[in-house]
Amino acid sequence: MSAQAPTQIPTNRRHLTQKLGYALLATASLIVVVPILLVLGVIFVRGISAINWEFLTAMPRNGMKEGGIFPAIVGTIILIIGTGLVAIPIGVGGAIYLSEYARDSWPTRTIRLAIVNLAGIPSVVYGLFGLGLFVLFLQFGTSIIAGALTLAIMTLPIIISTSEEALMAVPTEFRTVSASLGGTRWQGIRNIVLPQALPGIITGVILGLLRAAGETAPILFTVAAFYLPQLPHSPFDQTMALPYHLYVISTQVPGMPENVQYGTALVLLAVVLSMSLLATITRSHFRRKRQW
Amino acid sequence: MRANSLLGTPGARNAGAPKGEFLVEALIRVLGFSTIGFVLLIFIFLFREGIPAFVRLPLSNIFSTKWYPTSGFYGTMPLLLGSLLVTITAIVIAIPLGVATAVFIREVAPSWAREILKPMIEVLAGIPSVVLGFFGMTLLAPFLREFLNLPTGLTAFTGALILAYMALPTMISVAEDALDAVPIGYRNASLAMGATQWQTIWRVIVPAAKSGILTAVMLGMGRAIGETMLVMMVTGNAARMPLGLDAIFMPVRTMTATIAAEMGEVAQGSDHYHVLFAIGMMLFVITFVINMAAAQTMFRKRRRGGLR
Repeated sequence: MSAQAPTQIPTNRRHLTQKLGYALLATASLIVVVPILLVLGVIFVRGISAINWEFLTAMPRNGMKEGGIFPAIVGTIILIIGTGLVAIPIGVGGAIYLSEYARDSWPTRTIRLAIVNLAGIPSVVYGLFGLGLFVLFLQFGTSIIAGALTLAIMTLPIIISTSEEALMAVPTEFRTVSASLGGTRWQGIRNIVLPQALPGIITGVILGLLRAAGETAPILFTVAAFYLPQLPHSPFDQTMALPYHLYVISTQVPGMPENVQYGTALVLLAVVLSMSLLATITRSHFRRKRQW
Repeated sequence: MRANSLLGTPGARNAGAPKGEFLVEALIRVLGFSTIGFVLLIFIFLFREGIPAFVRLPLSNIFSTKWYPTSGFYGTMPLLLGSLLVTITAIVIAIPLGVATAVFIREVAPSWAREILKPMIEVLAGIPSVVLGFFGMTLLAPFLREFLNLPTGLTAFTGALILAYMALPTMISVAEDALDAVPIGYRNASLAMGATQWQTIWRVIVPAAKSGILTAVMLGMGRAIGETMLVMMVTGNAARMPLGLDAIFMPVRTMTATIAAEMGEVAQGSDHYHVLFAIGMMLFVITFVINMAAAQTMFRKRRRGGLR
């Protein structure tokens, strides 16, 4: 079939087809990119007027229509920290196991299947799980600790796979040299492999926490407070959070001023995208500095 | 023993290592296996709360076509079909865009275009779904209502359109990896036979990357079916059977949106509560099957890797 086709079609027509094909691919890429710019642009332009010192640092007033979104910002930061406290040790430890210790055997393959599966579980199902285990069974109640634990488990697969990739990228020779100098395996990992892989691990951790910062469904029934104009006092308190707050003020509160909605969306985007930028910078800085 | 660990053979224990080290390594082993434990925990707690729904209510109720929880009708069919309709529409939109963009990035784009495209797609991956849902509600839905002359802009199509964009980053990056894994010899051989770049891309490289592209589509689909906030905000949430040709331009309600919208208001231990967990179980099983299927092709690729 195609073996004869090239000789039958005149050369200039073949090059025309190629040009058309490339144009089509470029158009598809434009269709992908332009709406992203549109979303960012519109939210920035309409939201920027709401942003001022009071909006960022004051409690909400008058049914959230006035005042600021301070408790939602603080809540999101607390949730990011709580998620990190749980997910970083488990995730990095799991990655070290997979990259440095695990053999290619069926238990290891089961771990990998579990990670793929964790990564694919819908966020709202994590919410149900958190409700069933942390809120009700362990009786943490609707609390920061229940929400952070739920988000941490959701974040694990991202942290494990990116950290494992960073560890695997460290050449085997580094481990061999460490061992040849009399170091034990763990000394080699702690003193040589981990420091070399650290920037990659940090990138992965930021990407994982970024996902936790933006998710709404897992915190719906585990931590989020509809309207709570005060800061939490303990890990067993509820808290407001930016993504849930945006959901609430755009669907549940009638007569919400538009610029407050866009302003909240802008703050949430700024938090998430600055984390994403930080991850990109860490990664490219690391690539440039790397000697191997 | 030492020789083994020199060569990095996994699992070989260092003889004579300090005792503390043994504890650290044991801890790492436990952390390594913890993910299996978490999957099991999720499974147990979903089924613990979901199974009672099947015990208390007849199957004819749970799989009927009426979802009126306040009157005791818990038919999940409209929700299941709603999820399928939105997901399939989203994937149909996302496949051509995703594959074309991946091919463009890998094979055609000049480096400056790649430098713009790749970070933009990462930005898209980072935008929280609630922000896209908000955008869809306030701008896209009213626009589509005017443009397509619909009674409401909050339809399955509106949801699917945004959902397609949410599935794109996953699809594009997995498809890119698949294209990247095609051996250079295929390309060289095709070019040497006098094929143009375009013919090489379309008739050699893309077909060779077919299974990886299929994985990309499946993972994108897993993403789409599990998406919650966006779908809840823009699809209109009418729990009716999405039948007929115009169903796509009517409001629908998905499984995820139903859980998210109603779980906050049900009494713990009620039929309604258990049915919502049962819907969560169904979602868990669906995404489990999709991801296991995708994992099979991914692992096969890894095992074959040595021959390349």
